[in-house]
Amino acid sequence: MSFLSCLISGISLGSIYAIIALGYTMVYGIAKMLNFAHGDIIMVGAFAAYTIVSTLGMPPILGVIVAVAVCTLLGVTVERIAYKPLRGASSLAVLITAIGVSYLLQNLALLIFSANPQKFQSVVNLPALKLAGGELSVSAVTIITVVTCLVVMFCLTSFINKTKKGQAMLAVSEDRGAATLMGINVNGTIALTFAIGSALAAIAGVLYCSAYDTLTPYIGSMPGIKAFTAAVFGGIGSIPGAFIGGIILGIIEQLAKKYISSQLADAIVFAVLIIVLLVRPSGILGKKTNEKV
Amino acid sequence: MKKLIGLSMAAVLAASLTACGGSNTAETTAATTDAAVAQEENEDGTGESAEEAPSGETFKIGMIGPLTGDAATYGLGVRNAVELAIKEVNEAGGMNGYQVEYKPEDDEHDPEKAINAYNALKDWNMQILIGAVTSKPCIAVSAESAADNLFQITPSGSAVECIAEPNVFRVCFSDPDQGKASAQYIAENKLATKIGVIYDSSTEYSTGILESFRPEAEAQGLEIVAEEAFTANNATDFSVQIDNCKEAGAELLFMPFYYTEASTVLKQCADKEFAPIFFGVDGMDGILSVKNFDTSLAEGVMLLTPFSADEAGSQAFVEAYKAAYSDTPNQFAADAYDAVYAVKAAIEQGNITPDMSVSDICEAMKVAMTEITIDGLTGSQMTWTEAGEPNKEPKAAKIENGAYVMQ
Repeated sequence: MSFLSCLISGISLGSIYAIIALGYTMVYGIAKMLNFAHGDIIMVGAFAAYTIVSTLGMPPILGVIVAVAVCTLLGVTVERIAYKPLRGASSLAVLITAIGVSYLLQNLALLIFSANPQKFQSVVNLPALKLAGGELSVSAVTIITVVTCLVVMFCLTSFINKTKKGQAMLAVSEDRGAATLMGINVNGTIALTFAIGSALAAIAGVLYCSAYDTLTPYIGSMPGIKAFTAAVFGGIGSIPGAFIGGIILGIIEQLAKKYISSQLADAIVFAVLIIVLLVRPSGILGKKTNEKV
Repeated sequence: MKKLIGLSMAAVLAASLTACGGSNTAETTAATTDAAVAQEENEDGTGESAEEAPSGETFKIGMIGPLTGDAATYGLGVRNAVELAIKEVNEAGGMNGYQVEYKPEDDEHDPEKAINAYNALKDWNMQILIGAVTSKPCIAVSAESAADNLFQITPSGSAVECIAEPNVFRVCFSDPDQGKASAQYIAENKLATKIGVIYDSSTEYSTGILESFRPEAEAQGLEIVAEEAFTANNATDFSVQIDNCKEAGAELLFMPFYYTEASTVLKQCADKEFAPIFFGVDGMDGILSVKNFDTSLAEGVMLLTPFSADEAGSQAFVEAYKAAYSDTPNQFAADAYDAVYAVKAAIEQGNITPDMSVSDICEAMKVAMTEITIDGLTGSQMTWTEAGEPNKEPKAAKIENGAYVMQ
């Protein structure tokens, strides 16, 4: 029973990582850049929902909608102001810019909301599900997180495979130059990718804070790094890879905490990443590409 | 592709390194810049502050503590109580006949910022320091104050190393004393025999208390059935730790860490319907003032604390504090209040005057502190050892109907 309960908390945590990892992997797949500010978009989403629900006393669903709207706008703005001018620059320059944006967002949040931790009121107010005669209790947030993750996965895959915009994304990710020649608006497509990724980050932020109730300006950094790990683990650029990577990472983390050492859980998570990369450098579902010399 | 993966790995490494630094690297960077500036200013000002005695009319007492950030409840309590005590002292004729000037500085519970704060206070010609409030900043500052031989008394820096320097004294119990006293209290009052522990392995505060709790618990016949850790970077999800304690059959959960994490642990215990006796130490104090926290979750929580605002003996202080700051004082405030009166008693005992040099004041204070006896808010007949440790009885409180009640 305790193993099951641990597995469920791992899947729940993994689902959040997966939603965040989707944002990383999409942006990487299409814009070929690592958006390190992604973790902080989560934090902005959580604060937006917090302001609406706890400070203004509006209904939780409105909080989620506003969080998604704010983050989408923020993601597109960041892309337009910070990343677009660097489209031709080396990937290292873009990476440093992303880290800069990350600190900018953190410090803005520090300025506005202060470093005092806030208690985030869960947007899910349903009773926990009792299984096996009450021995196993699964909280409503956990269920909603997992369901949301599956729905997001499904929608995203259909969007990419079945719509014109989605196909455009695939084309840009394959070959940016050729896509331009075929009449695809590359800048528009990249902006759309950022919009979707940031909207997912907002959802992840609200779910993360609903599950773990504490909200500070640094809340995004650790899940951000773990989700990035999940994306690399699953094969960065691959959408199912991000999903699988996220779930596996969440489960490994919780099981490691339970059966190996609660102190070393994080170290074990990153050690697994290193091993996977040694054995399969492109991740579990990543495409093997030959190095062009 | 390989290049990109290599790049991403480098980035992960960089990012995780920054995250290890207490996830506030941005602050630290800012702090370092400030430090550089402070340092420059200091180079101009050091001459006056260290060599020449200040005006000689008033004592200048500085205070360092977290006035914003995670541990702000502690810092604000100390700042307010010191301010209140100094106001009272000044109205009653000052210390040894001299008025006292007072200046607080914020350290945000960050050692580097604490050193900036210390340098800023030195530029102001501080003679005596009350602080820092939390352990890590206190240790950082004590190295500086020892180099300057400036008398320092920390109201609440409980790590052993806080008073390792000869010029530093403290009002609260040390961590080992707290861990030991907790085990004794639990055993003497027969609260439980099976103990689960969750602790923060990334702070010396938490590990220090646990290390002294463990042998004493064994000696008292208590059984530690689960010992679970978390780190500052991973202080959001306690589900596994709670499950392990629950399965091990813990009747009492010992929580030697700060109230912000404690509030999350209590919430998650309630979600998992795990209801042992919760037992915290001084870091638990403040849990009732966490914003948006459902205080009913803290009902029945016990904590080792030397002070309660509901005690009969401390009502004059509590009333004055409430009138001035419209808030109920916590034990940090009480510790700080006692610190001011200890400083006053020692200054009068050693017949210290403000025109003495910082170093001379410190030497005289070190002797005088061991000679005084104080009836304070946090204990009666408090005395100090040469090492700077206080002698007083441990007490515990229980949260009932949203208030701390002394046991």
